[in-house]
Amino acid sequence: MTATIFDPISRRTLLGTGAAAAGLATAGSIVPFRLAIGAQAKVRIGILLPYSGTYAMLGNAITDGLKLRLAEAGGKLGGREVEFVIVDSQMSVPKAPQNTQKLIAKEKVDFLVGPVHSGIAAAMAKIVGRAGNPIMIVPNAGSNAVTGPLCAPNIFRTSFSNWQPAYPGGKVMADDGHKTAVTIAWKYGAGIQMMAAGTSSFEKAGGKVVKDIQVPFPSVEFQANLSEIASLKPDAVFAFFSGGGAVKFVKDYAAAGLKEKIPLYGPGFLTEGVSMAQGAAAEGIKTTLHYADNLDNAANKAFRAGYKKMYGKEANVFSVQGYDTGSLLLIAMDAVKGDSGAKKAMIAAMEKAKIASPRGDISFSAAHNVVQDIYLRKVVKGHQNLMGVVAKQLVDPARGCRLT
Amino acid sequence: MDLTAFLIQVLNGVQYGFLLFLVASGLTLIFGIMGIINLAHGAFFMIGAYLAYSLTALVGNFFVAVLLGVFVMVAVGYLIERFAISFLYRRDHLYQVLLTYGLILVFNELQKIIWGTDFHSVPVPALLAGSVPLGSTQSYPIYRFFISLVCLAIAAGMYLVIARTRLGMMIRAGAWDREVVQTLGINIGRLFAIVFSLGAALAAFAGMIGAPVSSVYPGMGDQVLIISFVVVVIGGIGSVKGAFIGAMLIGLGDTFGKVLVPNLASFVVYALMAAVLLWRPQGLFGRGT
Repeated sequence: MTATIFDPISRRTLLGTGAAAAGLATAGSIVPFRLAIGAQAKVRIGILLPYSGTYAMLGNAITDGLKLRLAEAGGKLGGREVEFVIVDSQMSVPKAPQNTQKLIAKEKVDFLVGPVHSGIAAAMAKIVGRAGNPIMIVPNAGSNAVTGPLCAPNIFRTSFSNWQPAYPGGKVMADDGHKTAVTIAWKYGAGIQMMAAGTSSFEKAGGKVVKDIQVPFPSVEFQANLSEIASLKPDAVFAFFSGGGAVKFVKDYAAAGLKEKIPLYGPGFLTEGVSMAQGAAAEGIKTTLHYADNLDNAANKAFRAGYKKMYGKEANVFSVQGYDTGSLLLIAMDAVKGDSGAKKAMIAAMEKAKIASPRGDISFSAAHNVVQDIYLRKVVKGHQNLMGVVAKQLVDPARGCRLT
Repeated sequence: MDLTAFLIQVLNGVQYGFLLFLVASGLTLIFGIMGIINLAHGAFFMIGAYLAYSLTALVGNFFVAVLLGVFVMVAVGYLIERFAISFLYRRDHLYQVLLTYGLILVFNELQKIIWGTDFHSVPVPALLAGSVPLGSTQSYPIYRFFISLVCLAIAAGMYLVIARTRLGMMIRAGAWDREVVQTLGINIGRLFAIVFSLGAALAAFAGMIGAPVSSVYPGMGDQVLIISFVVVVIGGIGSVKGAFIGAMLIGLGDTFGKVLVPNLASFVVYALMAAVLLWRPQGLFGRGT
């Protein structure tokens, strides 16, 4: 891990490396615009992701995916070397504005990649959207607001909106013949928005949510709630938890003997990247998400093989999101031949981008949110196996966005 | 809520209380007897869970792994006390807070280096894998009953050691008046080393014994630390009995808070703490000042 956490890199060192690279660059045909005015030669990508705490796995998977994509393309963006400025978000919403400001004003990054947490996403989007600079790519956080009321020309999202994977999930539950359901999720942006989306499609299809249980974030003591579910006896349960909370919830749910009696559904984060730790408790759980391990397309096969070779472990949806963030960066910088000052041209190219992603074909909506297929998956021996497509090229409604 | 549902929730609360006691007892020992605010307590809990994960995979038996893990953590606790904390007894509390906070960072980083950031779990030992039906839909894992039994045994053991043995007498005396104990010829330095090692081992033991019903992941000790401090403050600093009662109050309060006032669930335990402190500022079993 290159942990360049705001080391006091002096202007001199930067200029030094800049001059050296300029010597090399003149040999080629591309002379980056920014270099001509004596700024930096390397493309600077600021990364604000969690590398400690509950969501550390997500931060690492995204970074690994991004680096794999850039390595495949020769390690360069638009012909220029890449330099990462990596900051650990520590999942702290209060620190988010300061970290964002530092990356923009002090580190003068050309691109900003992050975050994982919806709350941090909103804080970042406010600052970056207002400043109009740099171009920000969200590789995970699903906060509907980022491509809703907070949407901006320089903000893109390669991951999902909270609405996207959850909305088709409610219908799946109804299609399986369930009439009543209990929803349970952590009480914060992602949980609330996903439960609302799942509930609306479930009730539209004739179901009825009898109770919405909100668990304080990030509490993992579920016993009281499980007893409550047992006494309510719904046909099904629709849940959102992620990371360590997902492991514990799914295990507790099975241990309480509920798994066989009341089937568990939810957005794919319930089992994604954690099904190995959940073991038998996760077997057979059906979830909806924009990725499945065994998607049958060339990009996915190459991606999974490459990822395993480079990092020695299996890829998951988070690494796919990082990988596609890399693809979008390549499209932007190729379109302007490395001139990272040409923001408008880059944004135009990103808006038109069509990427053959490991998750299938993706593009971007008017609000700059990813347009993608949502799959139904089932956990089989710890893998997220494809059962079918539940929504083709699903576009987030982007309520409140002025770009649409 | 009918009677069955009510009783199941009581069981949930008591069960959670036992777990809390296990973590908080080590904290209250260190806090009350040594006067050290040990912020690294949650980190010990996390390291315990990771040790259970690794050692179980290594030796193939959960119980042997826990035993080994306890020895490891006693040694770790001893070394930390000797080489770091013992230099700070005469200093202000702020130094101790800084040091133990630094220990959190060290342990978190060590955990990342040794185990990485993936999520892990520890299988429930086959001997205790079953469950008991409870009500019409729910069943209760036997392992959870086992945890409660273990916690009861630990509580009884701690009570006996503190009330009936020479070591316990020294611990109580040391908590009361350090100088007098020293003038009586008791080696207070060694006593503190023992107490700190025990406290660290208790935290790690809680992490280990809880690992099969929990999951093992980075930062899992942070939340535990906060709730443990709440328990210790409610019970009265340094009182093991207080920690037990405090843990039960919080366990039941949290459980019924979640069921009866779901919108305020996250505040219930803190409201409980505030109420207790208004009534008895030194905690339920704390010594008055």
